[in-house]
Amino acid sequence: MTDRPLAVSAPGAAPGAAPGPAPAAGPAVRESPAGNATKAPRPGRRPATGRRSPLARGGWTPWLYLAPALVVIGGLLVYPVYQLGLISFLEYTQAQVSGGEPTSFQGFGNYATLFRDEQFWQVLLATVVFASACVVSTLAVGCALAVLLTRVRAVPRLALMLAALGAWATPAVTGSTVWLLLFDPDFGPVNRALGLGDHSWTYGRYSAFALVLLEVVWCSFPFVMVTVYAGIRAVPSEVLEAASLDGASQWRIWRSVLAPMLRPILVVVTIQSVIWDFKVFTQIYVMTNGGGIAGQNLVLNVYAYQKAFASSQYGLGSAIGVVMLLILLAVTLVYLRLLRRQGEEL
Amino acid sequence: MRNLVRRSVRRPWRLAAEVSALLIAAVVAFPLYWMVLSAFKPAGEIESSEPRPWTLSPSLDSFRRVFGQQEFGRYFLNSLVVAVTVVAVSALIAFLAATAVTRFRFRFRTTLLIMFLVAQMVPVEALTIPLFFQMRDFGQLNTLGALILPHIAFSLPFAIWMLRGFVKAVPEALEEAAHIDGASRTRFLWQILFPLVFPGLVATSVFSFISAWNDFLFAKSFIISDTSQSTLPMALLVFYKPDDPDWGGVMAGSTVMTIPVLIFFVLVQRRLVSGLGGAVKD
Repeated sequence: MTDRPLAVSAPGAAPGAAPGPAPAAGPAVRESPAGNATKAPRPGRRPATGRRSPLARGGWTPWLYLAPALVVIGGLLVYPVYQLGLISFLEYTQAQVSGGEPTSFQGFGNYATLFRDEQFWQVLLATVVFASACVVSTLAVGCALAVLLTRVRAVPRLALMLAALGAWATPAVTGSTVWLLLFDPDFGPVNRALGLGDHSWTYGRYSAFALVLLEVVWCSFPFVMVTVYAGIRAVPSEVLEAASLDGASQWRIWRSVLAPMLRPILVVVTIQSVIWDFKVFTQIYVMTNGGGIAGQNLVLNVYAYQKAFASSQYGLGSAIGVVMLLILLAVTLVYLRLLRRQGEEL
Repeated sequence: MRNLVRRSVRRPWRLAAEVSALLIAAVVAFPLYWMVLSAFKPAGEIESSEPRPWTLSPSLDSFRRVFGQQEFGRYFLNSLVVAVTVVAVSALIAFLAATAVTRFRFRFRTTLLIMFLVAQMVPVEALTIPLFFQMRDFGQLNTLGALILPHIAFSLPFAIWMLRGFVKAVPEALEEAAHIDGASRTRFLWQILFPLVFPGLVATSVFSFISAWNDFLFAKSFIISDTSQSTLPMALLVFYKPDDPDWGGVMAGSTVMTIPVLIFFVLVQRRLVSGLGGAVKD
């Protein structure tokens, strides 16, 4: 697949004369995400400028600019992904790592072991439920507070903004220990304030998850709030004035004017939240002391870590990693589809 | 727009909104307040079963204990070296790459963009296992390199994706003008484009800084024998033993660990808000 048709034909293409100039893109456009559908200028998109920028006549220059990024990403991200897949098919434990025994190809052996393990399904379910709860709560709190920010004067706005930036800036390890102290059965202020006596939050499975969820929401809602707030601020005031002059109610303005304009932002923050919350490691690890009593608070990440580094079953740990990778790739595909439907140009 | 919204909100509602905004701010800030407060409480008071939201005799004992811990200063410096290197190197590399994918048309451009997007979704935690062996083969285990290198790679796709909007926003006419005035491409890149894109670089660097400064998993997995190469999260855990935590030490350490990030955030605050707006609007 090539991008050349766009570059070559763009100058001649009038804004209305849709897909004509890209015959090569033809039928493959729908199926392959890699081919991408934005080859031809579409009606309604920014009209192409008559000239190309002087930078654009690059030859090898763009590749020169890209080289450092490609080397680093290739070597430290793409190659490890390949290795992860590879190790997941091997018998790879302490014996093989130290060279005592040869590595042997297992086929889907690790996966079979994993899928037969009841604990794996329990952890998978817990991960999905826990991460979803985190995403939904983070988005709800973040969006609600972003709207609140637009309704208040400078002082309360600054106060809330600074408090949120403080929570955002707090490192995960510190946030985890501080929240543990807040909810400590003996020395924490929360139990005193709520009159809970020496109720231990980390003892029960659900209350431990709930505590971690509170911490995760606390440190991740600021990203949503600040981003959505910045998005609302970026909506041109004329648009809102026009709507209001036409007699639209506040609610109507939100629903019919702001919400559609904010959609790209909402998609971004949702996806980022999904990615972050599915990968929560530090909070669970620190707050539940490595996955809770008898592993009751394990999520996939911590589970993989425990399998690989605590019990040296690197092959099995990698198989769990692959499962996570596949889940997140599925999310990516949904994301790409959403972007595509919006006609986002890459 | 703010005017319009404000005018149409009736007075009692606005008051209620402002009061709740202040209350929420207090709740959100409370954990941080408690952290700093506990760090300054004298040893006996923090382990009182009637915790008070103030202290009558602030003490520096916990901080002394933390800094008396061998090599805490070293850990702090290590964390700083890791975070600053990751931020600087990934900002530079991402700037070049973002320029390439927005300012040039070339084969596989779209494919690359999609690759960067997909790369963001890779759960880096799952890569701990292969990276462990890779770092071992590079001889990077137990060195800061094992923390720096992967974080540069992980922050790049997001940084490139985010910077793209900023580079795009610089009008091409500017480039043509520079070209006509005889500026070379390199000169345009560094003397015109770079300063214009700088706010975007700042917003982007917040994310890479946080990910590097926060890193817990890699420090835990890759720095296994030479603890002088460890970072702050590990130092903190010296004081946090789940059965018998030294809360004063943990909170003092947490305070020390949080302050640099807070300073950084307050410094970039305005650029961050406008930066996020600019990047996602695109």
